[in-house]
Amino acid sequence: MIEYAIRGGKYYWSWIAFLAIIIALGGISYYYQYQNGLTVTGMSKEVSWGLYIGNFTFLVGVAASAVMVVLPAYLYNYKKFKRVTTIGEFLGASAVIMCILFILVDLGRPDRVLNLVLNPRPTSVMLYDFIVLSVYFLLNLVIAWTVLAYKEKNKGYTTWLKILIFIAIPWAISIHTVTAFLYGGLVGRPFWNTALMAPRFLAGAFASGPSLLIISLLAIRRYTNFDPGYDAIKKIGDIVAFAMVTNLFMIGAELFTVFYSAHPHHLEYFTYILFGIKEGGWVYARFVPWMWTSLILGIAAAIMLIVPKVRNEPKYLAIACGIVFISIWMEKGIGLIVPGYIPSQWGPVVEYWPTIPESLIALGVWGVGILVFTVLAKVAIGVTLEGEKIEEEVVEEEEVVEEVVEEVVEEGKEYRCELCDAVFTNLDECCEHAEKEHKIAKASCDMACVEVAPAEKQYKCELCDAVFTNLDECCEHAEKEHKIAKASCDMVCAEVEE
Amino acid sequence: MITRRRFLIVTGSAFAAITLTASQIEKVLAAFAAPAIDQQKVKWGMVIDLKKFNELPPNKRKRVYDVCRDIHNIPVFPNAKDRVEWIWPADFEHTFPSQFNQFLPEEIESLEVPILCNHCENPPCTKVCPTGATWKRGDGIVAMDYHRCIGCRYCMAACPYGMRSFNWRDPRPFIKKINTSYHTRTKGVVEKCTFCVERLEKGMQPACVETSEGSFIFGDLNSLESEITKVLKEHYSIRRKPDLGTEPKLYYLI
Ligand code: SF4
Ligand code: SF4
Repeated sequence: MIEYAIRGGKYYWSWIAFLAIIIALGGISYYYQYQNGLTVTGMSKEVSWGLYIGNFTFLVGVAASAVMVVLPAYLYNYKKFKRVTTIGEFLGASAVIMCILFILVDLGRPDRVLNLVLNPRPTSVMLYDFIVLSVYFLLNLVIAWTVLAYKEKNKGYTTWLKILIFIAIPWAISIHTVTAFLYGGLVGRPFWNTALMAPRFLAGAFASGPSLLIISLLAIRRYTNFDPGYDAIKKIGDIVAFAMVTNLFMIGAELFTVFYSAHPHHLEYFTYILFGIKEGGWVYARFVPWMWTSLILGIAAAIMLIVPKVRNEPKYLAIACGIVFISIWMEKGIGLIVPGYIPSQWGPVVEYWPTIPESLIALGVWGVGILVFTVLAKVAIGVTLEGEKIEEEVVEEEEVVEEVVEEVVEEGKEYRCELCDAVFTNLDECCEHAEKEHKIAKASCDMACVEVAPAEKQYKCELCDAVFTNLDECCEHAEKEHKIAKASCDMVCAEVEE
Repeated sequence: MITRRRFLIVTGSAFAAITLTASQIEKVLAAFAAPAIDQQKVKWGMVIDLKKFNELPPNKRKRVYDVCRDIHNIPVFPNAKDRVEWIWPADFEHTFPSQFNQFLPEEIESLEVPILCNHCENPPCTKVCPTGATWKRGDGIVAMDYHRCIGCRYCMAACPYGMRSFNWRDPRPFIKKINTSYHTRTKGVVEKCTFCVERLEKGMQPACVETSEGSFIFGDLNSLESEITKVLKEHYSIRRKPDLGTEPKLYYLI
């Protein structure tokens, strides 16, 4: 399986080389930091967490993308997502790798990190965060890898794998909740000390993670010959839209509470991020443009996503997702961490801005994450495409056989409603009838409507539900009506199962 | 132990090495022999009489901060953002934000308030430490283990008073004159005031208390006989951010 990672064209290798350079720069900067201490960062006695912990926090959110596609695919057996689950899971695993690296580069004594395991203190939220993140990482990696291995061998899922998948779902929620508690549980930091922290985190996570997933999937669709299926992408777009609106709503609720009740403890911090504060004749407002940019971008993206026409157009969807991603990165990254420290606990206002080595280290960590994701996605795509080639061959053979059968029984295909024995000439009619008369949802009308005549293959265009008796017709239709290349028309033209 | 070993290398003298180790062994033995203070019974606390303290001339006030810096090997860094401090002066308005109003008498508004770790009875900082490198001892002192600290700075995020400092860089080259009877720290660990545990063990008062000319009072909050409890009973005292429920054991008289 891993051999797919080392088989690649010019573009693949130049991309890898580019990432390698970024990682090397980060590595050199880290060496510099390791030698000189964290003084090389912009952090200070007053602002003791910065870019690293900000990115860590944000990336915990991105790790959600995995569960967002795993959940519908496995829980509801939503087939359209099956093509992208592995990619989602690998994205999640890569995000968790970045999280762990960001924590490591932030430690003053990384050589002692094992103390977390050797001398754990059960009251510390950080301990639990460490545990849930590590387990989530393993879960994603094991699940995605096994799924791929099975795909390669054309095997179904075993029970233990299914159990792991079901554990992974609540686990993804737990990593956000625990990370939010990390901040929300601190009595001394009013900026973080709110019960809304965890829900806000989840909403932000379910917007940013799937956004990144959409961007990656659209990129994969464009630059490789693997098509994840636009339908799946569209569905994830819906999730982003909902989550982004919820996220904005919660920010609004937070702002209302803070500014209307105007408790000085909370007010100070929010005044700092939105308007800046005056202290000793100085105005401190470094974060003001940052936060407003994030807010305005967030609102703009939410409006774009709410309009279905915009959301369903790949080009605009990509833009909207990019904006969501940037907006949340600004807001749930250093925008969430740094203002918690300003003004400081005993008066002086000391602002924060990352230094160059610090930024290079952060970029390097992103480079590692993206590299891991590229390699894993490459393997996933390789395995999936390979598997489909085999499947296609099988399908083609079947078609030949069926064509012969079709010639014999050309007509006489009928659908019968099992509940009242009414007979219809096509499935849709029957389904409509089932919905009207027996209140059976169209989606599950195959429960009620059975084909009476010998099976005949039909192809349905998934985009407009038109039905065709052969694949070519459907492909032609897809090309004409929906501008989908014939080569990838198997994405839209699904075989209607009897 | 590493710190001591390093120190030996610095001195580079085998003779010094032998005498130092010997003196240390002596110290350890002495600690065992001395009638130990029952850690479960006492509860150390401190009162700072701000009026009295502010009546001291500036150089004597400065001495209080400096003595702590000197005996505890606290470095002075050129860059303010790297500061490491155990006790330092602050103003009234920011130390007691909820006690402040615009009509405060001038002499109160302009008070210099020494701030240090409050050795909270419910310390939020120890609760969050993932490795147990900081913890509350039986006698109420919030202690630090510099050999266990991983430098995650979660405790700094948790302390509502900003009383912890991180060694952003190697402190040793920035210590004016190393006090060889006290340890130095490495880069990457957190430190703060310890109520001079090393002196308490020897039956002495904390260094700042000793140099404060009576404006700092230190003692056992559990004993009704001690000076500190008497002073607290007789005077109105305030504490920093008492509404957070951390129960600071550092009281201020105004
Ligand atoms: S003042 Fe801060 S460092 Fe000291 S015990 Fe309280 S919370 Fe901990
Ligand atoms: S910096 Fe050290 S003392 Fe503070 S929480 Fe982390 S490990 Fe504990």
